[in-house]
Amino acid sequence: MALIINGREYAFEGDPRTTLLDFLRRDCDLTGTKKGCDHGQCGACTVLVNGQRINSCLTLAVMHDGESVTTIEGLGTIDDLHPLQAAFVKHDGYQCGYCTPGQICSAKAMLEEAANNWPSFVSENLSGETRLTPDEIRERMSGNLCRCGAYSNIVDAIVEVMEREQ
Amino acid sequence: MTGSLEMDRPDDRNRLDAMAQGVIGKPLDRPDGPAKVTGSARYAAEYAVENCAEGVLVTATISKGQVVAIDEASVRDMPGVIAVISDERMVARPAQGGAGESPVRNVRQVEYWGQPIALVVAETFEQARNASKQLRIEYRSDDDAAIDQHSRDVPIETHGEPTIQGNLDKAISQAAYAVEVTYTTECHNSAPMEPHASIAQWDGTTLTVHSSLQMLKYNVKELADAVGLDPEDVRLLSPYVGGGFGSKLGISPEGVAASIAAMELGRAVRVVLLRQQVFQCVMRRSETTQRLRLAADSDGRLVGFGHEALVSNLPGETFAEPVTQASDFLYPGENRTLRIDLARLNLVTAGSVRAPGEAVGMQALEGAMDELAMKIGIDPVELRLRNIPERHPAKDIPYSSRKLAECLKAGAERFGWHGARRSPCHTREGEWWIGTGMATAARVHNLNEAEARVTLYPDGTAAVASDMTDIGTGTYTVLGQIAAEMLGLDRNDVLVRLGDSSFPPGAGSGGSWGAPSTGSAVFLACEAIRTRLAARLGCQEEELTLQDGFATVRGQTTALSDVLKGDQIEEVGHFKAGEISDKFSAAMYGAFFTEVAVNAYTGEARVRRFTGAFGFGRVLNAKTATSQCMGGMVWGIGSALTEEEIFDKRYGHVVNPDLAEYHVPVNLDVPHLDVVLVDERDPAASPLQAKGVGELGICGAAGAIGNAIHDACGVRLRSFPFTPDKIMAELGDP
Repeated sequence: MALIINGREYAFEGDPRTTLLDFLRRDCDLTGTKKGCDHGQCGACTVLVNGQRINSCLTLAVMHDGESVTTIEGLGTIDDLHPLQAAFVKHDGYQCGYCTPGQICSAKAMLEEAANNWPSFVSENLSGETRLTPDEIRERMSGNLCRCGAYSNIVDAIVEVMEREQ
Repeated sequence: MTGSLEMDRPDDRNRLDAMAQGVIGKPLDRPDGPAKVTGSARYAAEYAVENCAEGVLVTATISKGQVVAIDEASVRDMPGVIAVISDERMVARPAQGGAGESPVRNVRQVEYWGQPIALVVAETFEQARNASKQLRIEYRSDDDAAIDQHSRDVPIETHGEPTIQGNLDKAISQAAYAVEVTYTTECHNSAPMEPHASIAQWDGTTLTVHSSLQMLKYNVKELADAVGLDPEDVRLLSPYVGGGFGSKLGISPEGVAASIAAMELGRAVRVVLLRQQVFQCVMRRSETTQRLRLAADSDGRLVGFGHEALVSNLPGETFAEPVTQASDFLYPGENRTLRIDLARLNLVTAGSVRAPGEAVGMQALEGAMDELAMKIGIDPVELRLRNIPERHPAKDIPYSSRKLAECLKAGAERFGWHGARRSPCHTREGEWWIGTGMATAARVHNLNEAEARVTLYPDGTAAVASDMTDIGTGTYTVLGQIAAEMLGLDRNDVLVRLGDSSFPPGAGSGGSWGAPSTGSAVFLACEAIRTRLAARLGCQEEELTLQDGFATVRGQTTALSDVLKGDQIEEVGHFKAGEISDKFSAAMYGAFFTEVAVNAYTGEARVRRFTGAFGFGRVLNAKTATSQCMGGMVWGIGSALTEEEIFDKRYGHVVNPDLAEYHVPVNLDVPHLDVVLVDERDPAASPLQAKGVGELGICGAAGAIGNAIHDACGVRLRSFPFTPDKIMAELGDP
């Protein structure tokens, strides 16, 4: 079986216990996706599977035959940063950098979820148009822990990208 | 040639302000930023090493006793298993910060639940993890483990020399106003996002380890001592560290286990702590019980000051949470009692967690100060302003530059503080009580010996190298800015290389001393380079203006490349802390102001606004310094409301050893953070006039939140963290 990762096909033949996270980091050498807890509690391993954000530590590689996975390496490069990546640099939306790829992948999917009017815990209504207030962004990004405490700057970075897109 | 300085007296030359490049202090982006946001920055476990075996630590499931047998046969035939290692060189605890020698070994003597006792090595992580859970261990358990943190029925010793001046009991009994209260804090865990990780490689003579560490010059000695090698034969690499907060100051068990396995098996071995093991076998901040006694005269001036704390650690550990560290110098009171008592418990090693001492000492002290202000009936800001001592109250030495009053005033103004006639329960919005609170920030200024090498290349670019680490603190950024300022270069023309033990030994990242100490070493190296450039131009160093790659002397401008004429100039700066700390009381100061909402039905507290004003000497980079302050304030929110590492009172295990149950603040817990940087130069702090910033933002922050909770709903809690159950128990009818 094979997974399509950042547009490229990677064969998987390993131990069926291998998580998608360990497959990415060890077998594909895509170490931008981070292992912070291995239990779906910190969000450092967030990747996009078929466009939606998931914790790659909570799913097995073998469950994604033929599916499309986007990791931080698939968003931008040092010479060609994705707007979210550039905004995180500009707003200092990180410190140690370990949660950062997960934050950025999560933010990308979060903006699309909001564009599709998915409600959140802090939304006033479950239907209707979603307007991303700072509290909406904070709630929707609360699955991605940052122990350095860069949250305030992370929100600023996301707001800048969101406003530019509108 | 070496540029060296021993900090025995203030450096009033203020050289950085006299430079021409104008880059110091500017809010420049981090040079390491693009690598971090693209995932191309590699952390310790992420190196693709050929034929690398995987190890998983096995940890004790008793709190005290002996490992009688490790049944290797129970896993030997499992797929992929290579070895079970329980070598006498393996370490049972992490090294304390700056130890420079192996921590306690003898892994078969169990002294706390979660202590490493063996390493299972297999071909893959999945195989090693499975085998580690199947490994049969036989214990002989002792029944006298001391695990109840709040029991007084455990061995307790006095730590260090108490400070006792005058007669505090008498001062309290005769005071116009007195507060006598006991605050408690629970254990904290650093919980860096990157778990402790090492890849060890052994070529028969040299041990090379990619590891996640904060202070390489000590870590090399610790690892060498543990595995029985000369330090010269150990090389550590930590160019990127995914957070440390004290937990990576010393080597931890996985690095030693990986090294021993690599040496025994003749192949590379990777060991990464499971997240649960980060809680179980690295470091906790001790719980504290703090007795605070404040005596004030009728004007609200302190005449008596008492701060006594009970903390804990494992038998044999010399570290005791220095709870009274800022109490030593912050407030006056000629009648003083400060002391630390240390209880010996069979719980995971207690050690440095971000701002050891002040992090928990200041939040309790500032709660008590708020209680005193209420008792006197004055603005809590005014109480602080009236209690800024002229000289150090115990040592009778002067203060170095101190911007406490400026921070209190600037913070109050920015926040819109109204402190007069405070009485709780004044504002209600729906279900929520709304209140405000403030607290002082203080953290002692530390320095450490540091070296850094600076090379100026013939093309007019430069490189900085030190074994210093950047754990998210912005070290790459500020060291580059210092060199660019001193040598008159664009910041992008300075390459900073860190985290390699083969580079000159920096200060390491700890105690907020990294930037002022290693930064000073870079500064000294650059001064020496400037002296050599001046010699080439036939002038004094002070006459030299360096800007944008050009040297100007008496109106004559020459390109640096023409001055260098194909040569490169290399200097090592050597900075020593010297005796300055005996002559001046140097510290960083600040003030917190916060608005908190408390739910009248559920007791939930939410921080709605949070302002911090800070003075820590020269700001080396306004962007990264602001981030450091914000990070500390976020830790303050956790310390105030959610963070507590809980131990089972019967068996001594960590009840909440993961990020689902140990609650670090999440994004929604943190409002927009408003940070004010107060302009300051402190010539007694360092040749940069800079102090440390990494820890200041936490020191007192939780106290401000507790004080705001009181102002909101009238509930005065003294047992951190202030979780909804505790608040609700004290709330009246909603």
